[in-house]
Amino acid sequence: MWLWFHKLSSPPYAYRTAGLVRPWLFWPAILLMIVGAVGGLVLAPEDYQQKDAFRIIYVHVPSASLSLMIYVVMAVAAGVGMIWRIKLAHAVAAACAPIGAWFTVATLVTGSIYGKPMWGTWWEWDPRLTSELILLFLYLGYMALRASFDDTQRADRASAILAIVGVVNVPIVKYSVVWWNSLHQGPSISKLAAPSIEGSMLWPLLIMMLAFILYFGAVLCDRLRGEILRRERNASWLSESLARS
Amino acid sequence: MQSSVQTTPGLGKILMLVLTRDLRLAVRHWDQVLQPLIFFVIVTTLFPLAISPALDELRKISPGVLWVAAMLASLLALESLFRPDVEDGTMEQWVLSGQPLSLLLLAKTLAHWLLTGLPLVLMAPIVGTALGMPQSVWPVLAATLALGTGSLSVLGAIGAALTVSVRRGNVLLALLVLPLEMPVLIFGARAVDLAMHGEPVAGPLNLLTALLLFFVSLGPFAMAAAMRISVES
Repeated sequence: MWLWFHKLSSPPYAYRTAGLVRPWLFWPAILLMIVGAVGGLVLAPEDYQQKDAFRIIYVHVPSASLSLMIYVVMAVAAGVGMIWRIKLAHAVAAACAPIGAWFTVATLVTGSIYGKPMWGTWWEWDPRLTSELILLFLYLGYMALRASFDDTQRADRASAILAIVGVVNVPIVKYSVVWWNSLHQGPSISKLAAPSIEGSMLWPLLIMMLAFILYFGAVLCDRLRGEILRRERNASWLSESLARS
Repeated sequence: MQSSVQTTPGLGKILMLVLTRDLRLAVRHWDQVLQPLIFFVIVTTLFPLAISPALDELRKISPGVLWVAAMLASLLALESLFRPDVEDGTMEQWVLSGQPLSLLLLAKTLAHWLLTGLPLVLMAPIVGTALGMPQSVWPVLAATLALGTGSLSVLGAIGAALTVSVRRGNVLLALLVLPLEMPVLIFGARAVDLAMHGEPVAGPLNLLTALLLFFVSLGPFAMAAAMRISVES
């Protein structure tokens, strides 16, 4: 187990592994997305109150949960990098940030599109929207801090501290913002015992969720490879493997 | 070994030295202490000019205005928190001194709060009155600012320690610190708002206290880790 862990933390091995794993994540993600899209947009019945507009949840909800999940992944990777001084973990954290930021943007945009017909406004200062916006600021701050150092190692460690401070703060931000009164509907799938969403609407959502997670994995592999290339641009293994291919 | 024990002063004494040194430095450069305060007053003056001179309207937004202005003023003051010491090498000596850096930085942050947070607490009721805030709200306003600016100082100090070695770190500092400070703003402004409507304020005040204790207990470790990265190069 530890041997595997140490092996994976060596850049050449990780570079190759990410390249091998990527198609196994990417194509299933695309396949599941198609299945989920057909299930959600065609097969699922229309909502008796929200009509067809509810169908945007098949993009909105997976994006929203990923935007949070990626922040946690990023902070954990940063923490691993800080504690065990594994450079590759820092590379993973660096690769996570832009993906998470884009999922946050996707969440905000789809939420806004949903809000227009449902609530009559593009933007509502409601807790979930606001905390999602603050999450975007956290991502942007992380990337800005990273970009402001010339030295990659210092950028890694400084931004790792920010990611850890941020992840401690995310629940606080979340619950402080919930303090306002909300018109956002409560979560409807976390109540597993008695889901307030019907089965025919639920399964495409779960499939979409899985598809998005796999897609995140695939993009992370790509970005991680890019990050490794940038960091190891002077390494001999890289020029050798490029010469071979 | 014996001699080093005798010559090294205790931790309490060291922290007092840090505190008094910063306070003495501030007294000698008192204009730097005054600047964030003047900024605070100017920002609050902008709102009547921009929105309306009618006190009825200003009263409604006064908690938010005061709190946002206080947040920006504390942000502005952060620039001078660590930078001089890092630039003249004092901070390097602290890192090497073998004393717990987190506590040294916490003492420094406390001095910083006494110089920038406390004046805001004292100034806010006066400015609030100018915005039409009733006198009965003064204690609550002062209490929220006293608790809140403490949290702002600690969070800001983490950001300042992270960005102190970055060229033109000011804007970056704001970008990093402001999102993290939003809970403090929410509870602080909400408490004042509740007080103005004569409602109980214990809830947000307790939460502000909890935030302050949380940040004070964990923040110094983040500060110290960030400062070590900033100083080594």
